[in-house]
Amino acid sequence: MVQFTLPKNSKIKVGKTWPKPEGATNVRKFVIYRWNPDDGQNPRLDTYFLDMDKCGPMILDALIKIKNELDPTLTFRRSCREGICGSCAMNINGINKLACIWGINDQKGDIKIYPLPHMPVVKDLVPDLTLFYAQHASIMPWLETKTPAPEKEWLQSPEDRAKLDGLYECVLCASCTASCPAYWWNGDRYLGPAALLHAYRWMIDSRDEATGERLDDVEDPYKLYRCHVIMNCTQTCPKGLNPGKAIAEIRLLAQERLL
Amino acid sequence: MADVNQGNRPLSPHLQIYRTHILMVSSILIRITGNGLTVGIVLVLWWLLAAAAGPEAYAANMEWLTGWWLAYIVWFGLIWALSYHMLGGIRHIIWDEAVGLDLKTAEKLGWAIVIGSGALAVVISIFMLIL
Repeated sequence: MVQFTLPKNSKIKVGKTWPKPEGATNVRKFVIYRWNPDDGQNPRLDTYFLDMDKCGPMILDALIKIKNELDPTLTFRRSCREGICGSCAMNINGINKLACIWGINDQKGDIKIYPLPHMPVVKDLVPDLTLFYAQHASIMPWLETKTPAPEKEWLQSPEDRAKLDGLYECVLCASCTASCPAYWWNGDRYLGPAALLHAYRWMIDSRDEATGERLDDVEDPYKLYRCHVIMNCTQTCPKGLNPGKAIAEIRLLAQERLL
Repeated sequence: MADVNQGNRPLSPHLQIYRTHILMVSSILIRITGNGLTVGIVLVLWWLLAAAAGPEAYAANMEWLTGWWLAYIVWFGLIWALSYHMLGGIRHIIWDEAVGLDLKTAEKLGWAIVIGSGALAVVISIFMLIL
C-alpha cells in the first residue's frame, strides 16, 4: 500500500552529537541513522565529526573509524571492502550505494547515512532483507535443464556468453530494489529490480531450458508489471548495471512468445 | 535469532530522504497529469452539455468557462496536462521496445517530455486563442 509518511514507531528524532576531534583542521560531519532494538526508543540521527587527515577515503572507512574510535555500538554490515560482497549497501546522501566503493571526497557538505530505504530495520544501518532474498530464490537462480547432462560440461559460445555481461555482475546488495518506489509501495507482490534482473539473466542463458516456465512465473500484473520505469534502480546501482532495461527485455520476451 | 526483537522494527525512511532526479519527477508527473485530466474531463463535459442546451444557455455557461482569468489558467493547465501525458505515453512506447533505457538517454527523454510538453501546450493554446 502507498503510505508516504513513516509509521509512528519509525519517525526519526534528533540524537546525540559527538564532540569534534581536537586539533583537527580537516573535519567532516557525518549524520547517521541509529536505532537500537533494545531501548524501546524511536530511531534517531547521531552526529559525528571525523578528522579526514586520519581517515581512509571511502564512506566505509569513516564508519569503521567511528566504530573503532568513537562509538562501538554503531552497527552496519561490511565484509570485502571492494564492492564484491554487497554487504555495505546503504543510503548515502540520498542515493543507495556500497559504502566501501563510494568516496567521501565526492560528497559535498555533510554526509547523511541511512539504512536502505523502506526496509524493516534490524539495528542502525542493518536492514532486514529476508523478503528480498526470498524473492531472489523464487525466480530459480540456477541453470534449469531438461536434456540429460553432457559427459563433460554445458558448453556455451563466446557470443552467447557475452549476452550475460551486465547481468552476472550483480552482487545482490539490494540497492536497486530498495530504491524503487514501485517496490516501496508493493514490495510484497512486486519482485523488484534485482530479482527481475536475475530472472532475465537465466532466461537468456543459452544453456537454460526453462525460459517458458520462467516467463510463466513472472508474467503477473504485480511480479513483473508493477515496474513504471522510474529508473531509480539503474541510477543507483553501485555496479553500474541496468535492471530497468532487463525488466523491459523480460516484457519483450513475454510479448514475443505470444506472436 | 529467537531473542531478536522482530515485532517493533521501524521502517527505514524512503521518500523523506531519497534524492529526486529528473526521471523520478518526470514519472510522477505522468500520474499527476493523468489524475488532473480525470478531473478536467468534468469541464469538457460542462462545455459539451452547454453546447447541447441551445445558444442562450451556451453563451451563459461560456461566461463561466472562458470569460475570466482563472478559466484561462485552468484551460492552459489542462492543455499542458494532456500534452505531458501524451508525450509520457510516447516515451513508454519507446521504452517498451527496451530502447532508450541507458541512463543518459533516459534522462534526456525525461527532460524532453518536460520541456516538450510546455512548448506543445503553449503552441496549442495560442492556436486555440486565435480560433
